[in-house]
Amino acid sequence: MEDAVTLKPKEYASTQEVKWCPGCGDYAVLKAVQMALSQLNIPKEKVTFVSGIGCSSRFPYYMGSYGFHSIHGRAPGIATGVKIANPDLSVWIASGDGDSLAIGGNHFIHAIRRNIDINLLLFNNQIYGLTKGQYSPTSELGKVTKSSPHGTVEEPFSPGELSIGSRSRFFARVVDTDVKMMIEVMKEAEQHRGFSVIEILQNCLIFNDKTHAEVTNKETKADNQLLLEHGKPMLFGADNNKGLRLNGLDLEVVTLGENGISEEDILVHDAENPNPSLQFMLSNLKSPLALGVIRKVKDTTYDQALHDQREEEKQKSKFKSLDDLYLSGNTFTVN
Amino acid sequence: METKTDVESVIIKFAGDSGDGMQLAGSLFTSTTANIGNQLATFPDFPSEIRAPHGTVAGVSGFQIHFGTSGVYSPGDEPDVLIAMNPAALKANWTHLKPACTIIVDVDSFSPKAIAKAGFEGNPLEDDSLADYKVIEAPITSLTKSSIADLGLDNKSVVRCKNMFALGMVFWLYNEPLEQTINFFNKKFSSKPLIAEANITVMKTGHNFAETIEALPSSTTIAPAKKAPGTYRNMTGNQATAWGLLAAAKKANRDLFLGTYPITPATDILHELTKHKWSGVKIFQAEDEIAGICSAIGASFAGDLAVTTTSGPGMALKTEAIGLAIMTELPLVIVNVQRGGPSTGLPTKTEQSDLNQALFGRNGDSPLVVLSASTPSSCFEMAIEASRIAVEHMTPVILLTESYIANGSEPWKVKLIDELEEIHPNTADDLESWSPYSRDEKTLARKWVIPGTPGFEHRIGGLEKEDVTGNVSYLPENHANMIQLRDDKVAKVVDDIPLQRVKGEKANRLLVVGWGGQFGILFGAVSGLQKEGKDIAFTHFNYLHPLPKNTREVFSNHDRIVVCELNNGQFADHLQSQFPEFKFERYNKIQGLPFKIKELQKKFNELLEEK
Ligand code: SF4
Repeated sequence: MEDAVTLKPKEYASTQEVKWCPGCGDYAVLKAVQMALSQLNIPKEKVTFVSGIGCSSRFPYYMGSYGFHSIHGRAPGIATGVKIANPDLSVWIASGDGDSLAIGGNHFIHAIRRNIDINLLLFNNQIYGLTKGQYSPTSELGKVTKSSPHGTVEEPFSPGELSIGSRSRFFARVVDTDVKMMIEVMKEAEQHRGFSVIEILQNCLIFNDKTHAEVTNKETKADNQLLLEHGKPMLFGADNNKGLRLNGLDLEVVTLGENGISEEDILVHDAENPNPSLQFMLSNLKSPLALGVIRKVKDTTYDQALHDQREEEKQKSKFKSLDDLYLSGNTFTVN
Repeated sequence: METKTDVESVIIKFAGDSGDGMQLAGSLFTSTTANIGNQLATFPDFPSEIRAPHGTVAGVSGFQIHFGTSGVYSPGDEPDVLIAMNPAALKANWTHLKPACTIIVDVDSFSPKAIAKAGFEGNPLEDDSLADYKVIEAPITSLTKSSIADLGLDNKSVVRCKNMFALGMVFWLYNEPLEQTINFFNKKFSSKPLIAEANITVMKTGHNFAETIEALPSSTTIAPAKKAPGTYRNMTGNQATAWGLLAAAKKANRDLFLGTYPITPATDILHELTKHKWSGVKIFQAEDEIAGICSAIGASFAGDLAVTTTSGPGMALKTEAIGLAIMTELPLVIVNVQRGGPSTGLPTKTEQSDLNQALFGRNGDSPLVVLSASTPSSCFEMAIEASRIAVEHMTPVILLTESYIANGSEPWKVKLIDELEEIHPNTADDLESWSPYSRDEKTLARKWVIPGTPGFEHRIGGLEKEDVTGNVSYLPENHANMIQLRDDKVAKVVDDIPLQRVKGEKANRLLVVGWGGQFGILFGAVSGLQKEGKDIAFTHFNYLHPLPKNTREVFSNHDRIVVCELNNGQFADHLQSQFPEFKFERYNKIQGLPFKIKELQKKFNELLEEK
């Protein structure tokens, strides 16, 4: 029997003073990560956090694990190198909507496509915090910010749509107000082999306060949140009597007991269905907003495939050493 | 058959349309020549378009080989024998014809239309413009067709064999055996024996044709070169770079990681390494240049010997990440196979114009080590040197090679792994004395820690580091101190590199200075003048930053110093700023072409004679 020492959540913290604004949603995420790692009992030397630039990218400094605070948008590149070099590590990326979806968009979609075994926490506060309040690629159309005093004239990205469009195998959405949900989803992401994107609706109380309020407010959340669970019907609402059904090619909100609707008419969530059509619609649904693991499909990971290919070549190759290679083919000898 | 053996060396150039298979003919000839034991140097010269318009000068692909018993330091200036498969190939070499050289043309290709397309006013074979040359009009296309007519191949496959006719002729000219090429085809087309047979038959037909026609000069045997005993093989610079990296990883006892994005002319390093996954090399073809280098930085952080390969435009994209590697003091090898710039520039042409970019092309005060390779085979040693310095001194190292030596080839004396020096990565072992940025007293290198090691958990990043702890620090004094420390660390590499050498120590009139891949040509040019008794010396730099310890001393013994480089004077500027007491004259060539021995000697003679 292994007698691994279980670390307490706070033992995953570094000694650095946390410098996010008081009340920032990032604190809750940090706490949830430390709880999730503790519950999964992963030794902290096996954990590596990589980040880009932005408020959330300070994350690695606050973890007592290995960490790399890199450059803007490039965390997936760095993390990919870490994982390929050392596949035993549990590799995480902390990134924001600007970092992942603007300057790092290319790396984001390709990391998803390759399905390398890394977890990406996408702190989506729909604003640039670190540079003090410019609109981001997830800011809604018309948003007034310091760099868009007359409102933006561009459509935002939907992170779920972009991820699933990039052939994501794991996409989840959580809110920073629900630590319990975050812990569960993070654990699931870590245990899933492949690239896992967790979109965190995070509140930036300084530059974009309450942007997610409708889904997070105590008073309104029951009617605005759809908590997805694999294998369970998609029911929500204060009385848990509203549900989703398929009407043609669209999702429709219906109420149990009205117009002869019964639980049998309600869609059952299948996160593991390789066909992403329904998950795609769920990720784009505005009201209610789907939370939890939207898509989770088993597939070969990039790191594993690379490893297997090397092993196969080792078996097949006529070369057993570099000397074999250097002396192979056309050589000539001078005496 | 009459044979001569008094020829020291010969230059042959195969030139044809980019679809004519000139690179294959050239490399097969090289292979056999290498096996005979000749000295040799090659230079392929391709058009930048994959399939430039057929029959145009822009679409001409060339392969030059210089081989001989002695005196082969470079692929040479103009060819002694030019094979021109079409009028465009003749036109492309029109201004570089050596007096009285032999020109073999495929006379079948000289139709009025093709002649016009190549930009000739009239048929150059019919006017007297080629009167001073030995022109052999060979009906290459028609004889190729008739020799394999009974094999029943389609026309395209038949015409594709005509490069073998030319190769057969050249084999006869230099009395070289056909066996190796026959074996090559039998092996390559073992599943298509008809194609193998066609190629072999056409080659033999060319060989017989050369023997039969009287117009050709007699067959010449080039005696093998006197070389140090050992096993040799022909290598291009890119292949040598790849093999050097494999060797370095082995000697450093680390896995090799390559994170890269395809770019001409560096991609062959990727092609070569990816064949050797059996050795454990981890290859990541990234989505772009930035992800290429970032993945290498991540792999380095995780403990691999990490490399990224690129060319100038790719370097430009990598600069921010290079700064990150400097700040995080991680080992990283960055290979830049230079091509003509700026911007997309001349992708398939050679140049040495990324030196300033390598030395200075980053934000902030950001020193790193810059090395260069001087010949195709020296890419092997310099790739090992770059790796050694990176992991022993914990710094990114840029290795500059260039298209000319990356695609060029020469015999490489095989070095077995046991013959190579060990590499000692600066790995953290003692937790008690360790901090993320504590340094080795001698080298100032910080320790390399492999994530996964308990107790050593730490965080690094691009924000300024506090001395010793590596924590983020914005303190003014700390920043000044760290800038100095990073600079001193790179400067200290000087204690760990060889001294600069001079060829012709007694000369004191003129010192020729070179760097990078123009070594062979410069060496040949200076050697020639030294043989004539001229007061000239030569020094060639492989270590560009920091410069070897005795550099000042080397410069202090000559009346005049001339720096020769394929750019607008970047190395001369670099030297001038460090050694203001000397005057560095310049000889620059910026045409996307290598130097020529003749033009160098002309310049050196002028400098020697001037008062
Ligand atoms: S600016 Fe916004 S996102 Fe950044 S730390 Fe402050 S509250 Fe958090």
